[in-house]
Amino acid sequence: MLMFSVFKTLTEQVVTVELKNDLCVMGTLKSVDQFLNIRLDNIKMSVKNCFIRGSVVRYVQIPRTAVDTTLLEDATRREAQEGKK
Amino acid sequence: MDGPDIPTSVNEPLDLVKLSLSERVFVKLRGDRTLQGVLHAYDAHMNLVLSEVEETVSIIDVSEDGVAQGVRTAKRNMDMLFVRGDAVIMIAPPSS
Repeated sequence: MLMFSVFKTLTEQVVTVELKNDLCVMGTLKSVDQFLNIRLDNIKMSVKNCFIRGSVVRYVQIPRTAVDTTLLEDATRREAQEGKK
Repeated sequence: MDGPDIPTSVNEPLDLVKLSLSERVFVKLRGDRTLQGVLHAYDAHMNLVLSEVEETVSIIDVSEDGVAQGVRTAKRNMDMLFVRGDAVIMIAPPSS
């Protein structure tokens, strides 16, 4: 659930999604779901927007300024603790 | 549960990863890729969020008869990166 929340906070940011077949897609993150499927808008391709199945993603490059690292580390510790209960 | 509930104790493998939060880690991935970066988040799938990432891709040159000719590496730097957990083989503190 943690990564789902992370991506929800990243909506409307410009990200680069690198797929397992080495294809890179840069665009505006419009939405994400629990499987980390991703919907991108304004992509620089023959089509304007696309939906990417979560399982084919290798990396997502995120703008650094969009992430609060301290908050992220605290949330990670909290989720790791909850997982044990 | 078994044992006293000390927050810092290592009871399961991922607790070891928890100790590396906000530290530089070495990550081995499928497809002859390795990453070095500062770990900010992980989950049970080993999805990761890293910053100041250097990716190294090893490319093995093979001649026509299938004999390895040597290994080339390609390096790449990224500011902030989400890594999908299904490609992760190993997470380790970097060899200092």
